[in-house]
Amino acid sequence: MSSTIQPAETAAASTLITNVEAVRLALHDAMVADERVLILGEDVGVRGNVFLITTGFLEEFGAKRVIDMPLAEASIVGIAVGMAMQGLRPIAEIQFADFIYPAFNQIVGEAAKTRYRSNGDYSCPLVIRTPYGGGVHGALSHSISIEALFYHVPGLKIVAPSTPRDIKGLLTAAIEDPDPVLFLEHKKTYRSVRGDVPEGHFTIPIGKADVKKTGTQATVVSYGYNLHQALDAAAQLETEGISVEVIDLRSIRPMDKTAILTSVRKTRKLLIIHEDNKFGGIGAEISAMVSEEALFDLDAPIRRLCGPDVPAMGYAQPLEEAFMISTERMRAAMQELVQF
Amino acid sequence: MAKTVTARAALDRGGLTDDQLIAMLWNMLLQRQLDNRGFQLNRQGKIPFALGSEGHEALQAGAAMAFARGVDILVPYYRDLGLVLGVGITPLDLLTNMFAREADLSGGRQFPNHYTARDRGVVSISSIIAAHCTHAAGIAYALTYTGESGRAVLCTTGEGSTSQGEWHEAINFSAIHKLPIVFLVENNGWAISTPQSAQMAIRDVADKASGYGLPGMICDGTDPVATYRTMKVAMERARSGGGPTLVEAKCYRFLSHSTDDDDRVYRDRETLAEQRADDPLPKYERVLLEAGIIDDAGLTAMKADVLKQTNTATDEAEALPYPSVDDMTTHVYAGAAYEPWLE
Repeated sequence: MSSTIQPAETAAASTLITNVEAVRLALHDAMVADERVLILGEDVGVRGNVFLITTGFLEEFGAKRVIDMPLAEASIVGIAVGMAMQGLRPIAEIQFADFIYPAFNQIVGEAAKTRYRSNGDYSCPLVIRTPYGGGVHGALSHSISIEALFYHVPGLKIVAPSTPRDIKGLLTAAIEDPDPVLFLEHKKTYRSVRGDVPEGHFTIPIGKADVKKTGTQATVVSYGYNLHQALDAAAQLETEGISVEVIDLRSIRPMDKTAILTSVRKTRKLLIIHEDNKFGGIGAEISAMVSEEALFDLDAPIRRLCGPDVPAMGYAQPLEEAFMISTERMRAAMQELVQF
Repeated sequence: MAKTVTARAALDRGGLTDDQLIAMLWNMLLQRQLDNRGFQLNRQGKIPFALGSEGHEALQAGAAMAFARGVDILVPYYRDLGLVLGVGITPLDLLTNMFAREADLSGGRQFPNHYTARDRGVVSISSIIAAHCTHAAGIAYALTYTGESGRAVLCTTGEGSTSQGEWHEAINFSAIHKLPIVFLVENNGWAISTPQSAQMAIRDVADKASGYGLPGMICDGTDPVATYRTMKVAMERARSGGGPTLVEAKCYRFLSHSTDDDDRVYRDRETLAEQRADDPLPKYERVLLEAGIIDDAGLTAMKADVLKQTNTATDEAEALPYPSVDDMTTHVYAGAAYEPWLE
């Protein structure tokens, strides 16, 4: 994976940071800026998180603000919900998205409903961060995508940015948001994607997509690791005279209807790409929305290129590769759609 | 006879004044009246559902007496009608909730017995068993974090909740961080139709504390003074930085789980009749009568007043309007927007 959002020749190398460094930067700045912010999760303290995101935080901010939690995900989120209800700004970390199931009720049944069920008496300004996605030899329980399990839930916000700038801006926005936000970080992009990040405090609004590449003949909507592959595929096609527009969804709930429809009405063709399995995935909702709003603006059936509908990603390399969508498959799908 | 009266006059009042002892009786009478009112209104077809707390009155009056209003925080469960009354929720609040009116604290969204009143220290809960226990631990952590010493969190459950992982997780975390919190288990022996014997292999829930390194205490939940005395120790330990306590109050559940349940299917009438003979309410009335803290006329007047207040609140609540359907989309998020599609 060689994709960088800011081409190396236009930015000083020293300003380029990786996605994982952007996560760390956003967390660090938030901890410095607001004493109500604290981090709780498994191995976030002494170990500095399994991806070394919070290395040094324990020494800098103390054990009261960087809490090594007992190994129990339901209470990592549940205790964070209580802290949030009492006015703190907790950032709960689920070590791998695959481990989030024990916390499902706390996210769906509690955090997302706190404001509603109390008629605004209580709120739950909570961020739940978790690394997701495959392609890192993570096998069944360190590879999954979880967004479709949660995006059905009103009261919850879901963000899945893919570049350092978007991660910094959206994680800062999530921490400052008055409602619970599920913040998804694709781990295959952690160290493979670099980009520049503006100095100082800035936010990117939750719910806004970003056109990462303009084009005229088809629209591709994607996010996560796939977004970078789609950009690579689109760049290859560009050299062959095929022009594809690539939209980075960035936010999954709320989702940017205007950005999708504006692009689709221009290109008249839509391809949705996500690593999560196809049935009931994010692409299904986007497809339904575009069908409802812009069916007669389309020149081709909506296409979805998604993960297979099997329970999990295999450990063996061929199984993993077959699950992940290759850049070549994306390129072929784009080409086919443009030629339809 | 005179000898008995003399003995009663030396009543162990747990350090409570006459007024406080009477306040607990008032609370118990009021909660029974309101509790029964919920079932009556359901049978009259006026409200869809009610939950009963009958049999829990004494422990809830005692626990509420140990709760410092304006200081402590209550994270209750759904069988805490008397406890919430004791910390400042009013009969009108309760009836408005039963009738699901617009003025209800949850705006007519929540089931009966699911309160929210931040201004009175009552935390919003769901019906998911023990999910609120981790919230309570988080709130207690926040109190410590912000340096608010002298405040305690009271988290209540039934004994069935102690089967849930999150109950254990909350207690474990509270013990690790020595949090200012009391976990009160109102053990009435039943989780809907499931008896304690199918819930755990031990007799005393309080024994579960030892595995987590916090004190476990047992009190007679049919005696408000005994419960108060135990809860006072636990709450003061929490407020003074001594860490969490698990308190088990043994009590009865006289009614079915709810108006949708029929306990005749799963428990025998004889045992229930034996328990009824130990009803905490007349028992406490006798204690105060024999100690001369209240007399027959005073008790009769108090009961009449409780009934009158309940009737007044019932009429007032019933006359209130339902929430507007326009309110359905409020408080999904902060601000008015709630749709998942951003335009």
